[in-house]
Amino acid sequence: MATYRLQVNGQSATLNIDDPTTPLLYVLQENFDINGARFGCGLSQCGACTVLLDGNPIRSCSTAVSDAAGHSITSLEGLAGMAGYADPSVMHPIQQAFVDHQAMQCGFCVAGPILYGYAFVRDNPNATRADIEKGLTGLLCRCCSHTRMIDAIQSYAQESIVR
Amino acid sequence: MKPKNPLKLEGAQPLSQKAIDALDHLAPSRRDFFKTAGFLMVGFGAATTAGAQSPINPSGNVDGTQLDNWIAIAADESITVLAGKAELGQGMRTVQMQLAAEELSVPLSRITLVLCKSGVTPNQGLTVGSLSTFTQFGTGGLRVAVDTARDALYQLASQWLDVPVGQLTLQNGVFTITGGDPSYSVSFGQLVQGQRFNLTVNTKAVPNPPSTWKILGTPVERVDIPAKAKGTFQYVHKVRVPGMLHGKVVRPPFVGAHVQSIDKTTVNGLPGKPQVVQVNDFVGVVADTEWHAQTAAAALAAGITWSNGVTLPDQSALYTYMTQQPSADSYSVNTGDVDKVMSTAAQTISAQYLFPYHMHGALASSCAVADVRGGTGNNATVKVWSATQGVYSMRPILSTLLGIPQANIEVTFVDGSGCYGHNGADPVTQDAALMSQAVGAPVRVQYSRRDEMTGGESYGHPFVSNEKVGLDASGTIIAWDYENILMQHGEGAAIGNKPGNEISGALAGFPTALVVPTTSPAPATAYNNFSNGVPSYVTGNINGVNNGTGTVASQRVLNRVVESPFWTAWLRAPDRLQNTFAHESFMDEIAATLKVDPISYRTRHLSNQRLINVITTVTQNALWDTRPSPKPGNARTGVVTGRGFSCVLYEGLGGYTAMVAEVSVDQDKGVITVTKATAGIDTGPIANPNGLANQLEGQVIQGISRTLVEEVKFRNTGNGGVITSGDWASYPVISFGDPLPTINTVLINNLNAGLTGAGECLLTIVSAAIGNAVFDATGVRMRQIPFTPANFLAAKAAQKV
Repeated sequence: MATYRLQVNGQSATLNIDDPTTPLLYVLQENFDINGARFGCGLSQCGACTVLLDGNPIRSCSTAVSDAAGHSITSLEGLAGMAGYADPSVMHPIQQAFVDHQAMQCGFCVAGPILYGYAFVRDNPNATRADIEKGLTGLLCRCCSHTRMIDAIQSYAQESIVR
Repeated sequence: MKPKNPLKLEGAQPLSQKAIDALDHLAPSRRDFFKTAGFLMVGFGAATTAGAQSPINPSGNVDGTQLDNWIAIAADESITVLAGKAELGQGMRTVQMQLAAEELSVPLSRITLVLCKSGVTPNQGLTVGSLSTFTQFGTGGLRVAVDTARDALYQLASQWLDVPVGQLTLQNGVFTITGGDPSYSVSFGQLVQGQRFNLTVNTKAVPNPPSTWKILGTPVERVDIPAKAKGTFQYVHKVRVPGMLHGKVVRPPFVGAHVQSIDKTTVNGLPGKPQVVQVNDFVGVVADTEWHAQTAAAALAAGITWSNGVTLPDQSALYTYMTQQPSADSYSVNTGDVDKVMSTAAQTISAQYLFPYHMHGALASSCAVADVRGGTGNNATVKVWSATQGVYSMRPILSTLLGIPQANIEVTFVDGSGCYGHNGADPVTQDAALMSQAVGAPVRVQYSRRDEMTGGESYGHPFVSNEKVGLDASGTIIAWDYENILMQHGEGAAIGNKPGNEISGALAGFPTALVVPTTSPAPATAYNNFSNGVPSYVTGNINGVNNGTGTVASQRVLNRVVESPFWTAWLRAPDRLQNTFAHESFMDEIAATLKVDPISYRTRHLSNQRLINVITTVTQNALWDTRPSPKPGNARTGVVTGRGFSCVLYEGLGGYTAMVAEVSVDQDKGVITVTKATAGIDTGPIANPNGLANQLEGQVIQGISRTLVEEVKFRNTGNGGVITSGDWASYPVISFGDPLPTINTVLINNLNAGLTGAGECLLTIVSAAIGNAVFDATGVRMRQIPFTPANFLAAKAAQKV
């Protein structure tokens, strides 16, 4: 049994976990009641389990809890808070862009496109549409809302430059 | 920014207080309706009240003929609507709310929608087949229920305000007298006072004309998207109930293998108190956490000895194998004169098209939670939370599987990921129920990706399509002869309540219904488009009546079903896609042989004006270049471009759809890229244009994926056959980073027709449109899905282009 200190969406907790290889995703769901990271494949192939680790997207299904300890973890629910919006019910602008573009069908995958899109735009503020498409490589959306999602990220990127 | 629409959603979460309040008054035990409903009874007569049973029966079926089973209006003006078509990502939650709000003239926010819960919502069967909109807006669904309520409210208001119904104005749930004092009014809540309607649904209730729509027909934002974007939306994967344990299945490693021995001691001493569950070949392990269950399952798998599995057909000879099996045959149409007319033809053309097993490939590996208490028998109870397409069809399956009366089984729908048909949602529900029954505690089962892809989901049918037409001297088709051979196994337990018709029940020992070969084809007795097996260009003649969309009078469609080694069931645009790939590619081949424009050649054989209108509208939008294929001047090396067309009346009943695909093809590498799609549809009045466009866009891209890359792979080993497509690396689909087309959606808002669905109509025509565009660009006819570089290069070589 090992003790890990995790910080998730600004909340810290100390957990006793017997197996350090336990996937972070399971800990987020069971111990932090996270809905925004989901089990899609368990193999890092789809991105439905995406969270930010110190601001950078990772696949929580394939990240051992021991590797996440001591780092700041942000799920979809915590994105606005991480960006400094005090009201927890508020959406981050990239999330609002997904709403404005109605950029999903079932929505199960959206942690990937939203969080990778967020980080990509932050790191590549002048990204073109083609850059954004390439920047999301490795993510799946089986409802195939790709076009709308890229529209949403692109309009978020343009708004970000204005801001 | 605040979420624009922070509506609370129903599902695994408890019902909102508003919904509970509205539902509460429905239970007759709570109130004495004969005392308090006098006002209502004046309006509606006592006949429907006397002897009425409780409309809400938590353990039984819910009678859809009773208005109170569809709608409840609370004193606080909130309106609870109960409906039985599930949200699969297609937007049905929002459309059903729009429908209720529109017909009742209230804002969308006034509606609380309760979806798909056995014993609570009316039994509306399965959510399949692009039928939800058709059903809900038709005469047997939600629309006639809310219109019955609307008409009743008008009658009540007429009495309250003491004017004829014709003098009433209804706005925002408040009646006033037209042109009168606006303060002299009465609201829904005042009229109903939390009472039951005690009315039978009037299936002749008249809808508000689509030309007057204010909420329907507008691009209302989906009510579930804000929570999904924010990350707070709870899918079935996150359902947690007190005392819940986690289960994992351990499946046979070879197709058809049986358990020979299990060493259950392999889990001894592992963390999480693992318990092994075995029912014949069904094996699972239950532990306290998901990770403990997963590690225990891996340990247990190493302790199981399996028999050898079955030998599979060689994948490279699958289609030949299909044609050699005994088959169950039937005609969809057969005018009896095809051979004779064909023999008089100036020219005959024939071709064979091939379509592999496809997966649903739901993004979420399926998950469900079951709480079986009391073991088995009449005193046991079952609650399950499932992303099933049929909460009511699940009850008899679980009843048979568990030996517990249906009346004791409650099934609650909770959203999963898009399923696109019969993915693993139903089997995983049965797995959870079997394990919960065994351990006597609630159990959540989350499939692994491999569990989902190698048996959890039931594949789409592989097809061999044999096409032949006879032409007269002018090139007009005078006879059409079509034969399709498809493989099936199981087809899901939901139809006919046969638990053995999918993996979980079969492993647990329930028999699987196999294909029963016929000695001669069953005749066509009533017109059935049979999954677009009947081409658009024939008359669809049965017993002298034409039901088809075309003009070719001499016609024969023979369907041959053979037994599949793998589980199969309905997969989005089931068989419609396979048949239409053949028909619409073949029509293009005929036109190319005759050196005529493929669209004008089609319309020459069509009688259905609505389909012709869609074709015209889409081709105008696509700036169709009228000429024969292939495109003149294209080199036979390097990168070339072309355009292709396809159209259909989906399943012969709804969704008139047409598409132009534009492609570029690298002829040296064999790489096909769809650069643009113009996709149009006429589904009658459009309930939600944004939602419809979203559906079309998704179907274009999913259709590209299924056409260009998807194919289930399998092989034989020394111990039996294995399915080798078990993850996204071995079953690739279109991914971010792959080229995406520009998509131009063409929405035809046809107010003169009834509403039909759109969930799979457009998908039906994508493969043929792409194949026809590839031919236009390259002169290479693609007759086998998927259009991989290898298949393109092989076709190019074989056709000596």
